[in-house]
Parts: sequence; structure tokens; C-alpha cells
Amino acid sequence: MTFAKGLFLGTAASLALAAHLSAAAAEDDTLKIGLLATFEGAFTVLGEDSKRGAELALQQHDGMAGGKKIEWVIGSSDASPDSAVRAVRKLVEQDGVQIVVGPLSGDEGLAVKDYAKTQPNVTFVNGTSAAQDTTLRDPAPNFFRFSTDGAQWMAGLGDYAYTEKGYRNVATVAEDYSFPYTQVFGFMAEFCKAGGHVVSKSWVPIGNKDYSSVIAAIPADVDAVYVALGGADGVNFLTQYQQAGGTAPLIGGSITADQTVLSSQGKQKEAVLGMPSAGPIADTWDDPRWKDFVAAYQAAFPDGFPSPSLFAHGYYVNTEAVLKALDEVNGDLSDGGAKFRDALSKLEFDTPTGMVKLDANRNAIADIFVTEVAEGEDGNLYNKVVEVKEGVNQTLGQPIEEFLKLGVVGRDNPDCP
Amino acid sequence: MSTLDPAAAAPARPWSIAGSPLTWAALALLLVYPFVASPFFIYQVGGYALVLGIIALSLMFLAGYGGMVSLSQMSAAGLAGYMVAILGSNSVGTGFDWPWWVVVPMAVLVGALFSTGTGLLAVRTAGIYTIMITLAIGMALFLLTQQNYAIFNGHSGFAGIAAPVVLGVDWHQPVPFYYLALFVAAACYAAVLYVARAPFGLALQAIRDNPRRMHALGFHVLAHRVAAYAFAGVIAGLGGVLLVWFNGRISPGTIGVDRMIDILVIAIVGGIRHPAGAFLGAIFFVILETFAIDIVGAERFNTMIGMLFLVVVVFSPDGLLGLWGKARRSLQRQELPNN
Repeated sequence: MTFAKGLFLGTAASLALAAHLSAAAAEDDTLKIGLLATFEGAFTVLGEDSKRGAELALQQHDGMAGGKKIEWVIGSSDASPDSAVRAVRKLVEQDGVQIVVGPLSGDEGLAVKDYAKTQPNVTFVNGTSAAQDTTLRDPAPNFFRFSTDGAQWMAGLGDYAYTEKGYRNVATVAEDYSFPYTQVFGFMAEFCKAGGHVVSKSWVPIGNKDYSSVIAAIPADVDAVYVALGGADGVNFLTQYQQAGGTAPLIGGSITADQTVLSSQGKQKEAVLGMPSAGPIADTWDDPRWKDFVAAYQAAFPDGFPSPSLFAHGYYVNTEAVLKALDEVNGDLSDGGAKFRDALSKLEFDTPTGMVKLDANRNAIADIFVTEVAEGEDGNLYNKVVEVKEGVNQTLGQPIEEFLKLGVVGRDNPDCP
Repeated sequence: MSTLDPAAAAPARPWSIAGSPLTWAALALLLVYPFVASPFFIYQVGGYALVLGIIALSLMFLAGYGGMVSLSQMSAAGLAGYMVAILGSNSVGTGFDWPWWVVVPMAVLVGALFSTGTGLLAVRTAGIYTIMITLAIGMALFLLTQQNYAIFNGHSGFAGIAAPVVLGVDWHQPVPFYYLALFVAAACYAAVLYVARAPFGLALQAIRDNPRRMHALGFHVLAHRVAAYAFAGVIAGLGGVLLVWFNGRISPGTIGVDRMIDILVIAIVGGIRHPAGAFLGAIFFVILETFAIDIVGAERFNTMIGMLFLVVVVFSPDGLLGLWGKARRSLQRQELPNN
């Protein structure tokens, strides 16, 4: 028993010590930056890749910015908004960081934005969270997003489906939460404007296994089915759609045509061939900036993914922005970060996926890739870049008043039957 | 045979523990804590531990005195929290905007009714089957909140819920919230101690130890058990109201299966023989959850948390409280060799 007691007391003491150390003011020549991502729960693997992206950006800056050594303070959430706020509150109020990079997922982003309003002297720079209203409606003046939102990721896809593919009537199948709503919104904003109709929308719970009722609800005469399902959900739907004799061609969301679907075997391979989708990155883009990024990622993290995910990319770009702005103000945050935020909002820089700058709401204007699933010479499927939409803004090229009139993203909005 | 049980052996001095110097010392410590701690430690460590402790206390009452391990106490708390969001005001704009003095009793009532309903379903089972059925009920509520948009607003849940401003005090601020949580926690703690020594509580403990004999003596076994669920539901409901005020938001993730298990872990690691265990466990849990990541980094901190919990239960099946009991006994032995 004394061993257990000793261990417990030892732990308590070391916890107290750690708390004390982290509470101590940072030394003058180092600067602590909070890094918030999902290191627990269902998105752990994605959180780990996002950390690689942030670390790569810092590595390429030799660990320095604005003449100071940069040190990460890690915060972890399980992708629920409560845990994200608890983690970010600890980073800010306990560890005393003045800059936070993160979070990873959409609902967390909305929660962190609300928290940001209560901490006007701390600067929050997004990770990969892609909900629209993190910056579009009621934004926080100290929340910056150098990555794009889920609707922007769809830029070009609606037009491509309408004009190049000639689809007129489309049904959608997507998971039932904010990110797929935003993706469907982005697709429909363009597709409906071009003259297309979305005749039925199906929302399925995350992790759904049986799609028979969903498939039965897809009208027989649609030209295509838009599918925004991630990972295993996507594979399950595609398999069952094939088995049910579904023949309509597919259109994919940003995370539908990922490696899980592309490398799966069987008949769905034919179904996904030629499937267009769009997103903030394209694995096989042959631009040297992207190729350099992939090579650097692979060299730095031999045990990482074969190619950086959009999470690594998002954290990389946002961290890069923080480091560049810190360089500009020589690491001076003594004015509550006002100068630093000013530098951030004026920043315009080259990323692995093209030029990025911010709009008035501090949301990124960046390039989006329209891709199509093609078969490589080795027989493996990959996403071929068919179009690069340059400088996509948050309102997808529409005037902001007109765009806001489309209403808040949700299950029933937009609507064009 | 019930006299052999240490928890049931105390009725000769009903308030002996409530009046012990240790209790007063702990209370004094908790009262002065905000004067020495930073706002972060007051709110996010102190306040959060008290809230989780209250919810774990409702499980402790069921498990410790009733022998019924219910995983769905977190669900009862979460449902009460949802009621605060739905009946009060939230940023989604679907709230009824009722005043807090209507919302809070309603929320606690709904939490208690949910817990009572769970009890009605679960009391005919025992042991692992109780755990399974309450887990199923908790999962059902989780999936309902995740997929129902008309009432629970689905995956996103509700945000923008704040503790009210009453008597000129903004109860959302760290120090007022801490004292509010402390007051509720102390009241629940005292209520559990009182009930445990009241005839109802004694009958409940006797039912835990030998339901057949109690039945033969003329006690309505199931009614006592359901009543225990109802009482635990009131405590869980109070905890849920505080939890939603603490977070300022609620979503299905708040009542997911891992949160349900967290409450079980808190109760077990703290020790389910005495109400103090729930709060000890909550403090231990919150400190670990908050600071483990600083010690071992992002990849392995959950492993460390799990290992520490394992160490506690391996070396002391009665949890932290058991460690304390052992320490006290060995001290007493040294001081009083004749004991």
C-alpha cells in the first residue's frame, strides 16, 4: 500500500510542479503557442496528422519566429465543443499562451469563436475547422482562418457537374451534421444557380451501416447522386448502392473520394471512376509548390500518411501565417497582440496550394481544386485535377448581401427541387 | 447480518461523520480555496470537479447504498442540462426563454423523472445486467439527441447558455460559480448522508445486502429501489443544470458513452463507500484530465490517465477513499496501541 500511496503522492506532486512551471511567465526569448487538435476520440488519427502539419511549418522556420524560439503547448479535445473550450481555456488561462492554433472540426470552431470573444487580447488562428459561421456571421475580431470553409471547398463542382457532366437532376446523400450540410450548401449554391435541381436530400447518421431505406428514397430518374460521406460510411453506401442496382453516376464531397474509397476493392471501383469532387487540396497536383510540400512532409514524418491529409495542410498553412506575422512584428505581442493581428489580417502569402489572403471577416480567399477519379497506369484509382478555381472567397463569388440571403446552412437550406 | 456492514453500522450516531473535524476542515479548505487560487483553478478545476462530483454522487448513492450501478446517471444529468437549454434561452433561438426559477426546477424534475423511469426498467435486474440496461438507456438518449432536430437540435446541440444574473451576481463568473457549485455539492452531500441514515436509507442498504430477507420482512423491495433512483435523479439533475451552466453549451458529445463511463470511473476511483469518494474521485479525474497532457504529451496522456486509475483500483479496491481509510487506521494503530 505504501507503494501505491507513494506513487499517488508522487503524481500529485509532479502534477503540481507541472502546473507551477506552466504558470510561470515564459522566458523572454521563447514564445509559447497553443496547438489545439483532437488527440482523443474518433478523430485522433486526423489530430495527429494535423500536428505534423503544424510541426512541419515550424521546422521550416527553424523553430524560430520574430527572433524568438517557438514552443508548442498542446491542448487536446475529443471533437466535442465542450472539450475544445475546456482545452483552449486551459491553454489561455493556465498556460498563458497569447496565440492559439486550432481547432480541427466545425462545431469546435464555432465554440472556440464564442470563447475568443471573451479573450480579446489572445489571437486565435484556425486549424482546419470548416463551419461557415465561424467567420461569416457574428465573427470574433480575434479569430483568423487561413483555411477555407466547407462550402468553399465545393467551389467549381456545381458548375462542373452542370456544364461538363450535363447533370440536371441530382439527389444528395450526406451525413447528418454541420460539415456535410455546409458541403451540400456549397455544391447547391452553384449547381442551383446554374439551373440544376436537387430533387431529394437524405441525411444519415454518422456510422450508419444499412443504407437500404436511403437508396430506396433516391428517385430512379436522377442524373447523378451527390455523396458526402466520410471513410467507412462512404464505402458502405457505395457497396450497397451497387448491390441494389443503382446506376446513376456519383458526385463526391471533399472527404468522399479519399484513399479508403479509392483503394477499396470490388465493383464500387467502377462506380467511383469518373466521380468529380472538389476540395482544398489535391494529392496529385503537379505544381512544384505542392510537390515540395509533400516531399518535405514525407521526409519529416516517415511514419505519417503516404501524402499529407487536408488536416496536415490546414494546420500547416495556419501555422505558417502565425510565424510570418510574428516575423513581421518581431515577436512583439506586448500590446495585447494588436500589431500582430494587424499583420495577420494584411498577410498574403504563397502556400503549397497557391496564394492565400484574408477577407474582411478574416476568412481565407484561396484556391480550390476540382478533381475527378481516374485510373492510373498501375490500375490504382487517383484524383486527377481537372480544374483549379483560383481565389475562391467565402461567398463563392457572390456579393455578400446576396449570399447572406441564402440563409444559415442547415438540413433544409438551400432548397431547389 | 446487516450489522456486519460498516456503512450500516453507524446509525447509533447519525451525524457523526457530518460533524467530524475532518468534514469541517475540508469545508473550510473548500471555502478559502478561491482566495488562493487563480480564476482558472477556481472555475475549470474547482468548479468542474464539484459539478462532476455531484453527478458521480448520484451514482455513488445508487451503487454504494443500493448496490445498483447505473451508467445512465450522466444521461439524467444531460437531459436536465438539455432542459435548461430548451426551456431557457440559447443562441440557436429555439428556447422558450422562461425565467431561471421556472427552468431549474423543471430541469431537475425532468432529470429525476428520467432517472425514475430508468429505475423502473432496471430494478428487476442485478449486477452486470443493470449496467447493460442503463448503458442501453444512456445510448438511446445519446442517439436521440444526436438525430432529433425538432427538440434537441441534433449534432450541434445548443450554445449560448449562461448561468443567470440573480441578486446582482453574475453566477457565470468563476468565483460565484464556484461557490454556487460548492453550495449545491454540500447540500447534496449532506442530503445523501442524511438519507443514508434515515429509515429509507437503512432499508435500502438492507435490501442491497439481502433483498429476500427484506421482502420477507414486509418491505417493498422494488419500490425502495425505484425511490432510490428518483432521489439519485434529483442529484443528477442538479449536477446537469450546473454542468450546462459551466460549459455554456450542451451537445450529444456531453452525454456520450465515454462521458457516462467517466462518471463511473470517478465514482469507482474515488470510492463508492462514502459520498466523499465521489468528490475525491472528481478532483483526481479533473486534475489528471487537465494536466496529464503537459507531462507526457499529446500521444500518450490518455494511457497515463488509464494507468493511474488502474493503479488506484489495484492497490485499493475502495478507491482513493480506501487509501485514506488505510492511512488513518495505520495512524490510529500507532497512536493507540491498545486499539
